[in-house]
Amino acid sequence: MASLITHPNLPHPDDIYGLLIGMHHECDDGESHKRNAMLILSLANHIGDEAVVRQAIALVKQTSKGQS
Amino acid sequence: MPRSDFSEIPRYKSFPVVPTVTSGAHHPVVIVGGGPVGLTAALDLGQRGHEVVLLNQFDFIPGGSKAICFAKRTLDIWNRLGVAQLMIEKGVVWNVGKVFRGDRKEPIFEFDMLAVKDQEMPGFINLQQYYAEEYLLQAIDALPNVTIRWGHEVCAIDPDKRQLTVETDQGDYTMSADWILACDGSKSPVRNMMNLDFAGRVFEDNFLIADVKFQVERPSERWFWFDPPWGGASALLHKQPDNVWRLDFQLGWDIDREAAIKPENVAPYVEGMIGTETPYEEEWYSVYTFQCRRMERFVHDHVVFVGDSAHLVSPFGARGCNGGVADADNLVWKLDAVLKGAAGPELIESYNDEAITMADENILNSTRSTDFMTPKSTVSKAFRDAVLDLAEDQEFARPFVNSGRLSTAISFPQSPLCTADRDIWEKGIPPGSPIIDAPLRNSWLLQNLDGHWALLAGRPIDNSPLPVVVLDHHMARERYDLSNGGAYLIRPDQYVAARWKHFDLKDLGETAWQA
Ligand SMILES: Cc1cc2nc3c(=O)[nH]c(=O)nc-3n(C[C@H](O)[C@H](O)[C@H](O)COP(=O)(O)OP(=O)(O)OC[C@H]3O[C@@H](n4cnc5c(N)ncnc54)[C@H](O)[C@@H]3O)c2cc1C
Repeated sequence: MASLITHPNLPHPDDIYGLLIGMHHECDDGESHKRNAMLILSLANHIGDEAVVRQAIALVKQTSKGQS
Repeated sequence: MPRSDFSEIPRYKSFPVVPTVTSGAHHPVVIVGGGPVGLTAALDLGQRGHEVVLLNQFDFIPGGSKAICFAKRTLDIWNRLGVAQLMIEKGVVWNVGKVFRGDRKEPIFEFDMLAVKDQEMPGFINLQQYYAEEYLLQAIDALPNVTIRWGHEVCAIDPDKRQLTVETDQGDYTMSADWILACDGSKSPVRNMMNLDFAGRVFEDNFLIADVKFQVERPSERWFWFDPPWGGASALLHKQPDNVWRLDFQLGWDIDREAAIKPENVAPYVEGMIGTETPYEEEWYSVYTFQCRRMERFVHDHVVFVGDSAHLVSPFGARGCNGGVADADNLVWKLDAVLKGAAGPELIESYNDEAITMADENILNSTRSTDFMTPKSTVSKAFRDAVLDLAEDQEFARPFVNSGRLSTAISFPQSPLCTADRDIWEKGIPPGSPIIDAPLRNSWLLQNLDGHWALLAGRPIDNSPLPVVVLDHHMARERYDLSNGGAYLIRPDQYVAARWKHFDLKDLGETAWQA
């Protein structure tokens, strides 16, 4: 079973970050939510492993706990 | 106290009210309720030779059809009971579902309910619920040991004494039973009179059912639309017998429910879907909302809840009636064994476990479909719309499209009545799953199983204490991975209890059959 990679794994993180923000250029919140969802769905399909997705979700919940 | 007034309910067929009877009689089994679930249980118990009294507050089969989609597993069960052929002849057979979006002509998603071909029964049939009930009743008519009491309404229960008080037009009477099956529907008076829970979720959306009659040639497929061009969030089209079509429209939460079923308000939806050129006639209009609920336990000592009384789901997976018939099928062989003294009453506890596993899976699927169709938050709507947008061109997104995951047989691998595999199997059907039909040389596999324990094997088994069905067709042997010997132990409800690559009669000692 694969596990979620948690060490830095991208040679150019600023580029990826820029792409993620740029995807929302001139979008209202509704459109942004939808684009994020599309991105998550396509990446989840690419990963193709429920265990990895579960670990990522657990990590999100843990990190963001109590801040909502 | 007079019987409740049912004059508002449309009738398909009326029956003479059965005169009242004297108090104090005792019966092995009393079934409360004559919907599809109570009738299935009565027929199955009756065919196994038991004396059954079925009480129905109605003196008629209701006319407006609630359920129309009957799944393969239900047909397999009804075929064992000898009523499926009639239903298939009358019904509309279908296997394929298509999902559309907006006015796009090509479906964004398609599925096939008969993924494994070469089986006797089709993936689905559509049939008005009143026909299904009528055919079950006809079969019950042939059984002198099953009595149907039309117009007998249960109005009190004493669970400790296993006693019922029954209201008729001529006054009330009491009766008692070894076992009481509460098949009295989603509002279950028995459940309420026993003060039992029914926890779950209510979904805030209204759906309009327009059953209409018109003459058009269209494929027998389930068609579903998201964002249909004629308005509303979604819509569904199903063909029924007698040129009746079920049109189902999602209307939203804040609506006037009485106004919604006025013909002039229904017309724009119907005409939007079928066009203004096609003349149609109203059969039945109604608005419904739905809930996903279940009781915490289905077995309360000698009172057993079966069907809608025990669990309720949204209709989008056709899991209500199909789930209820599966309950009856699961319960009856166990009750048969208990009534005949072959097993103790603790066997009924396994109905509680297995039927709850089935109900939970039905509720899970139906809740997920409903969440997709009626997103509850900004983000869940964003995900839903993301899936639909992507699905138009992207194949990967299509399996996420959820317009209802239709009823299929449910497995319960954890059940103590099933023995875990000792060998390594890559194919075949694991313990706790229902077997799949397959062709034999001169018949279908399931035709050879008559509701009792049996063995399946690739070749004859000497000195077997159980009937052996020999898979004499290569397709059947492959389906069960029995080409190189081995055997399956099959429960009376056609679930796999155990299987062995190398079978020895001694192996049966470690199974639920022996126990
Ligand atoms: C709009 C709609 C569409 C549906 N479509 C489908 C579908 O396509 N496929 C599917 O599988 N399911 C479908 N369902 C669900 C299906 O109709 C139910 O699951 C099914 O009818 C349940 O059967 P039942 O026998 O448990 O209860 P019911 O059919 O409700 O029968 C209850 C029986 O109990 C009797 N009764 C009640 N109280 C008493 C009393 N006090 N004394 C004596 N008798 C009593 C009643 O007279 C009746 O005979 C649909 C439901 C709805 C609302």
